[in-house]
Amino acid sequence: MTEVTSGPRTSGWQPRSGMPQYADRPRFDVEKVRADFPILSREIDGHPLVYLDSANTSQKPRPVLDTLTSFYEGHNANVARAVHTLGTEATEAYEGARAKIARFVGANAPGEIVFTKNSSEAMNLVAYSFGHQGADVDPRFRLGPGDEVVISEMEHHSNIVPWQLLCQRTGATLRWFGITDEGRLDTSALDELVNERTKIVSYVLQSNILGTINPTSAIVARAHEVGALVMLDASQAVPHGPVDVVDLGVDFLAFTGHKMCGPTGIGVLWGRAELLDAMPPFLGGGEMIETVRMEGSTFAPAPARFEAGTPPIAQAVGLGAAVDYLTSLGMDAVRWHEKEITAYALDALTEIPGLTIFGPAVPVGRGGTISFALDGVHPHDVGQVLDAEGVAVRVGHGCARPTCARFGVPAVTRASFYLYTTTEEIDALVRGIGSVRKLFG
Amino acid sequence: MQLDSLYQEIILDHYKHPHGRGLRDPFEAEAHHVNPTCGDEMTVRVHLSGEGDDVRVEDVSYDGMGCSISQASASVLHDLVAGHTLTDAFARHEAFNELLTGRGQVEPDEDLLEDAVAFAGVARYPARVKCALLSWMAFKDAAARATAASAGGTP
Repeated sequence: MTEVTSGPRTSGWQPRSGMPQYADRPRFDVEKVRADFPILSREIDGHPLVYLDSANTSQKPRPVLDTLTSFYEGHNANVARAVHTLGTEATEAYEGARAKIARFVGANAPGEIVFTKNSSEAMNLVAYSFGHQGADVDPRFRLGPGDEVVISEMEHHSNIVPWQLLCQRTGATLRWFGITDEGRLDTSALDELVNERTKIVSYVLQSNILGTINPTSAIVARAHEVGALVMLDASQAVPHGPVDVVDLGVDFLAFTGHKMCGPTGIGVLWGRAELLDAMPPFLGGGEMIETVRMEGSTFAPAPARFEAGTPPIAQAVGLGAAVDYLTSLGMDAVRWHEKEITAYALDALTEIPGLTIFGPAVPVGRGGTISFALDGVHPHDVGQVLDAEGVAVRVGHGCARPTCARFGVPAVTRASFYLYTTTEEIDALVRGIGSVRKLFG
Repeated sequence: MQLDSLYQEIILDHYKHPHGRGLRDPFEAEAHHVNPTCGDEMTVRVHLSGEGDDVRVEDVSYDGMGCSISQASASVLHDLVAGHTLTDAFARHEAFNELLTGRGQVEPDEDLLEDAVAFAGVARYPARVKCALLSWMAFKDAAARATAASAGGTP
């Protein structure tokens, strides 16, 4: 494990472009952090791995890997249904992880944490709750013709398609915030867009393409003023800085384990307890029921109501270990490290002729995800040449085609940073872009 | 550099100086194919003449956006099938498809595939196979539509 240290960094970072260096900022030694991630010592065709694809999925530190192994080796059993010792241990580990994650995002109670398989499932769960008709449905979740759902043009497909499907089913209207030329959310028409007809506003806290960190207070205030609910897709936010659901004042928050040092197959829906209790079930099956009769069933209270079947137990426990790991470093320190790396990368990339950055060009109100175009070279080709030098980036539309379309490109090259990213890796990216230029002119 | 097997000189030449690019009239059918993973798009038109076994591909025209592999492959498609019988064109399509999906284990027939043998290296990069096949799949689709249309049109 890595200790949190303070004082100047040792990796040769130089303040550039007016980025002040605050001595009192919480810091960690990035080389010590890297030593916790076994995969970072890998080589790709003789080149050290430069992993700049953490917005896609993060790498996993040793404590998470060890937790998975020790769970399977020493405590494996199904949860919430076995009276034997292993069953009790597995249940305690699983529920313990729920409590850790609740604390991590400032939830009022562990019961506000619903385990899903990923963010997509978490958002589908909420969207599905609006699709029911009938007098017994809570009016906040009743949706029909004339009602409106508001999203944004900056969303991942997982926060677009479930709402499109919902609106097709119910006859409700889908509306969205646009994006400014600078890559910020265009909230200039907030009061018109979010109105008395709006039932829910669901948008991304940090864009997976542009890196933009979106505002919340004005949007949440307006939504609640007109009686609408608010969900944030925090998949790219929770891994990278402190997030507190009470501070945010929203109603739902979705995020995923694998982008925050945890395993794949585990995601989280946080919801205000009172809302989760009012929502109809999602998937039916074991463990989500109260009583089942052939004539009909009654359902368990949240969160169990939304966790049908055997859940991803080891993965939840692994995510608990990831949360412990991140907490030990300090989320403020993680955010500050990424801010420095992002400032360094923005400086370096803007100096490259013919390179266009999509999204905020300053390291303010943005995270460590930078998408760009290189004049005359397709992202596939950029990514391929970079890979030959060990540099892993994402190429394509990044599952946010409307965002790419907003900037007139079918695809982008995306470099995304995390707590283990170094300035040397940014230098390797810049050198790699030089090789792309050499090959494609 | 290992990339040489992927980005062969022939491929880069076709990419930088594509043959037969642009959509042209007349045409009997066109097909629009997309690569959902990267958003690349390709429209291919075919113009056929003759009947029965003598059907010839008079022209293959195309337009689209995509990486060097997908653009070069469309250029090679034009060279390999325009001016040939449809039977020949389909044989080449099949050989190209086999080469690309052969995981680098297929020895290409240079007489049949000409410049397209340069794509042998692409077969070793599974993520790029779809790029190379995009225009060829669209061609096959368009040619099938064109022949179906003409068959339906003759009593």
